[in-house]
Amino acid sequence: MIHAAYLMALLPLAGFVVLVAAGRRLGDPLAGWVATAAVLGSFVVACIALAGLLQEPASARHFTDNYFGWITVGGLQVKVGILLDPLSMTMCMFVTGVSALIHLYSIGYMKGDPEYPKFFIYLNLFVFSMVVLVLANNLLVTFVGWEGVGVCSYWLVAFWHERDSAASAGKKAFVYNRVGDVGFLIAVFFLFSRVGSLDMPTIFAHRHLLGSGGATFVALLLLLAATGKSAQIPLFNWLPDAMEGPTPVSALIHAATMVTAGVYLLCRVNSILQLSPDAMWVIAIIGGVTAFVAATIATAQQDIKKVLAFSTVSQIGYMMLAVGTGAYIAAIFLMVAHAFYKGLLFLGAGSVIHGLHDEQDLKKMGGLARLLPWTYGTFLVAWLAIAGIPPLSGFWAKGDVLANVWHKSPALWALGVLTAILTAYYMTRLFVLAFHGDRRWAQGTSEHGAAPPHESPWVMRLPLVILAVLAFAGGLLELPWVHTTGLSSWLAPVFAHTLFVDHESAGTQLALVFVDAAAAIVGLVVAYLAWRGPVDKPALEPAFLQRVWFWDDLYDAVIGRPGQAMARIAATVVEGRVIDGAVNGAATLVRRSASGVRRLQTGYVRNYALGIALGLGAVVAFLISRVWWS
Amino acid sequence: MRRPLLLAAAHAGHATRAAHAAVIHVPPIRYLSILPVIVMLGGAIVLLAVTSLVKRPLRIRVATALTVVISLSAFGLAWWQWADVMSRGAYTSIDHAVIEDGFSVLITVLVTAAMALSALVAEGYLKREGIDGAELHVLAMVSASGAILMAQANDLIIVFLGLEILSIALYVLTAFNHKRTESGEGALKYFVLGGFSSAIFVYGIALTYGATGTTNLAQIADFLSHNVLVHDGLLLAGMALLLVGFGFKVAAVPFHMWTPDVYQGAPTPVTGFMAAVAKAGGFAAFLRVFISSFGVLSSDWRPIIYVLAIATLVVGAGLAVVQRDIKRMLAYSSINHAGFVLLGLQAASARGVSAALYYLFAYMFMVIGSFAVVTVIGGSGDRAHDIASYRGLARRQPLLAFVFAALLLAQAGVPFTTGFLTKFQVIIASVDAHSVPLAVVAMVSAALAAFFYLRVAVLMYAPGEGRAAEPAPAAELVTVGGPGLPDFGAQAEARGELNAALLLEDAPEPGEETPSRQVPWPAMVAIGICLAVTVVFGIIPAPLVDFAHKATLLFVP
Repeated sequence: MIHAAYLMALLPLAGFVVLVAAGRRLGDPLAGWVATAAVLGSFVVACIALAGLLQEPASARHFTDNYFGWITVGGLQVKVGILLDPLSMTMCMFVTGVSALIHLYSIGYMKGDPEYPKFFIYLNLFVFSMVVLVLANNLLVTFVGWEGVGVCSYWLVAFWHERDSAASAGKKAFVYNRVGDVGFLIAVFFLFSRVGSLDMPTIFAHRHLLGSGGATFVALLLLLAATGKSAQIPLFNWLPDAMEGPTPVSALIHAATMVTAGVYLLCRVNSILQLSPDAMWVIAIIGGVTAFVAATIATAQQDIKKVLAFSTVSQIGYMMLAVGTGAYIAAIFLMVAHAFYKGLLFLGAGSVIHGLHDEQDLKKMGGLARLLPWTYGTFLVAWLAIAGIPPLSGFWAKGDVLANVWHKSPALWALGVLTAILTAYYMTRLFVLAFHGDRRWAQGTSEHGAAPPHESPWVMRLPLVILAVLAFAGGLLELPWVHTTGLSSWLAPVFAHTLFVDHESAGTQLALVFVDAAAAIVGLVVAYLAWRGPVDKPALEPAFLQRVWFWDDLYDAVIGRPGQAMARIAATVVEGRVIDGAVNGAATLVRRSASGVRRLQTGYVRNYALGIALGLGAVVAFLISRVWWS
Repeated sequence: MRRPLLLAAAHAGHATRAAHAAVIHVPPIRYLSILPVIVMLGGAIVLLAVTSLVKRPLRIRVATALTVVISLSAFGLAWWQWADVMSRGAYTSIDHAVIEDGFSVLITVLVTAAMALSALVAEGYLKREGIDGAELHVLAMVSASGAILMAQANDLIIVFLGLEILSIALYVLTAFNHKRTESGEGALKYFVLGGFSSAIFVYGIALTYGATGTTNLAQIADFLSHNVLVHDGLLLAGMALLLVGFGFKVAAVPFHMWTPDVYQGAPTPVTGFMAAVAKAGGFAAFLRVFISSFGVLSSDWRPIIYVLAIATLVVGAGLAVVQRDIKRMLAYSSINHAGFVLLGLQAASARGVSAALYYLFAYMFMVIGSFAVVTVIGGSGDRAHDIASYRGLARRQPLLAFVFAALLLAQAGVPFTTGFLTKFQVIIASVDAHSVPLAVVAMVSAALAAFFYLRVAVLMYAPGEGRAAEPAPAAELVTVGGPGLPDFGAQAEARGELNAALLLEDAPEPGEETPSRQVPWPAMVAIGICLAVTVVFGIIPAPLVDFAHKATLLFVP
């Protein structure tokens, strides 16, 4: 059963191939159903593999299968294979599951789009790449998946590329990710030079060859890669722009799956991180600060999807914080819970946007509770979950992270709690502005036509309901007082020696739980009081926060402008004079000399024969000269 | 276990006569070693017999099907040989005249596959040109068996036998389309010069025999490793003559001059076949003779190959740039490729041989696929070979243009195709053998070569005839040319000096609309296989690289 795990990757690939070949003929909506079926099949395979893995004793849940040699050059042996253990299994379960739901949702959401089949082509390719990334047994294959999800993300962000903003957002996402990828590649090269293999189990087994300095180096490079892919400081601000993509894309790639790849990567290499406490501190601080900064920005955004985007950045910051603490299981727990509720939030936002005919401005929403009852109900669950209200999944997951952080550093813990208050605040703001209050979309010049908002078709509602159930009950995966059946015991073998274990007394734990709940409630109540009335409150939305701490302006001044200046010099001086001169000169030289040589090609056999004879003469003369001189 | 065979009838009652009979020893034969040759030759004869026995000319489809079946059975046998060699090791047969090792098996696989692909390409060609009968297939199979024999030869005489079987059939094949005068002209030139070089080659064999007392390759090596010749002029002269003979066959500069004329004149499917098979057979024997027999003398011949390789690389790439006939351009490109294979020979190492073998194998698919497209585009009469015919192809036949562009890029050595690995490996082998300047020249020539492949690719994606009169807009080029090209074109135009220059200068005045060409399905299958092999093994290189590597391990000097 476990050995069929490769089908998890192959099924979406098959869907991709079928759609490339026949997507246009299948058309709308059949192409979408084919894509959904492929990913659903992948989820079924994942379930079967999970059942197979569960039958094994805990210590034996580690399978590697190599399928074929990919590159064999000298000492570099790259084999394509999979590594299936509880960590990758967990990732696969929620990646394929959430993907299947979002595929289903997209059938309704993308209906009528002229490029309908193309959307699903990219989506299937994305799932394939993501599964490759997760299952890979070899860092180079991981990198293939890593780049694969990156390029799919680029295509999908720029899916509506006729819009300038979408096209440039796609580019921005790509460029930011490239910066991170450099880190990944150098880490791969370094590991190969020290260990002589790219095979992950081999690297982990020989990690002592790195030395502590080498381990820090690798860990920091991989952290750079992770900050790019997972949108952390300093490479976080591509994610809000990436919201230009269709909403299902934001839900799938930029909330549930791809952006957590960085966290996954760091969890995967936990045995290397363990060698470098310094790098762990860096990870924790970057995570904590990102969580806080992004949360402050989210409080002041107008665009519903931007709020969610910064919220995603903030939540991944929590995950990084957990990784930096060594609380990998808490990170994974939050990742899974986040996939449920953030996926749901995006899909709900998509439903709202869909209902309001592509209106994304929160200030032009309001009063939708009655009109979109399904969306409202499911969004309510997601809101309470992310805000951290007990007993929903977000409460348990965030609580798990914060409890661990408390032990590592009370300062970071305080930052985390502050972020929790902000989280409850901005989500409540969003919720109130979208669903309660006046129906602002009906006021003023109703350029959207008179059509009132409408509820979405069932293919879009069903995923909402399923995700709502999961977001509500996701906490059952890991209840703090049941350690034998939850994620902890399941994942423990992966992190056996590296896991941070807190030994807090029951009283402290209880106190922490109360603080978490109180933080959530405080944020929630404040936001409700502040935003239930009129929506125009500039004091609560300072420009500093609206413009993302002037982060883009900083990059523009420090990197953008000098870069452009250099590009201008390169284009005019280097390109125009040096390169073009060389190229044209070389071309002229080739042409002139070729025309000369060409004259030898007369077409007469006698001349050809003469050529042979002269060649022979030269060869013989050379050999004779050697005999002579020797 | 040599069995005496009595030539005279040795009946029971004629013992006295038997005593006087001459006795010839028939050496033991392991038939598996020559089975592919027998199948190819026998198949050709059977096909010929069938053609002459049936009343009406054999349907082309039937002839092609039979040819493909025969080639594929030889292909299957080659894999059986591979299994045999892998499990039991290499061996010689027929009194050490032929050898069976990984090296020969790889070439057999290559040649039989090339035969099947070429037959598929030729099918549509024969129909289009209204040529009945199976003679083209028959001749091609005979020629292919010659190439296999060259790879298996363990004796200079057998090398010569294979060379002649290969060549004589090719002369006829070149002249096959009697309606085209170029065809006859090319064939005559090929024949005259081929005869010339064969004579040189035979003389080389004679001198070598004179110097070493044997024509057996292993025994030559043995002799040379145990004896130091005080006067080695005879031996070196023999070696020089052999080198020229091989140089002619593989089209190394300056023995290359027949190539463009013959490639242009020959029927296009034959050109593809020739480029793949004649080169493979020629290089197989070249490598075996020089590396195993004359290995001891490598310090004498390596400098010669060094110079030949440089000349071949530079002249091939340089002259390809100025061609406007696609077949001539590909002819010079094949000369350039030969230069790269020479790098593998010049390295004179296991790595070099492995790289050369891989090169030949991967090149076969690229070149047959390319010429298959050229066959289709050539159209009725096999005429439309001006590069102009490719203008705007992407608009008329996007798939065909894409495939051709991919194959050309592969020949140029773009990563994720086998073309990249071919060049990469020979260059690495060359660097390993401390021939760094040669490797540098090879890389420069590859850059130069990229130019004329890209020129065709750009033309295909350039606007069609209707807009040809306008100056080529830079924007159109951006989409295909990448960052470097558009500026190049634009700048050149601004100066009026190179005038879209090298890109489009040779391209023709807008003439009549080139029509879309129907691609016959067998040709489509062949092109598809060629592209698939080129791309798939470019992305997943290990299996093919391993194949070449293992073939070299069992290369018995």
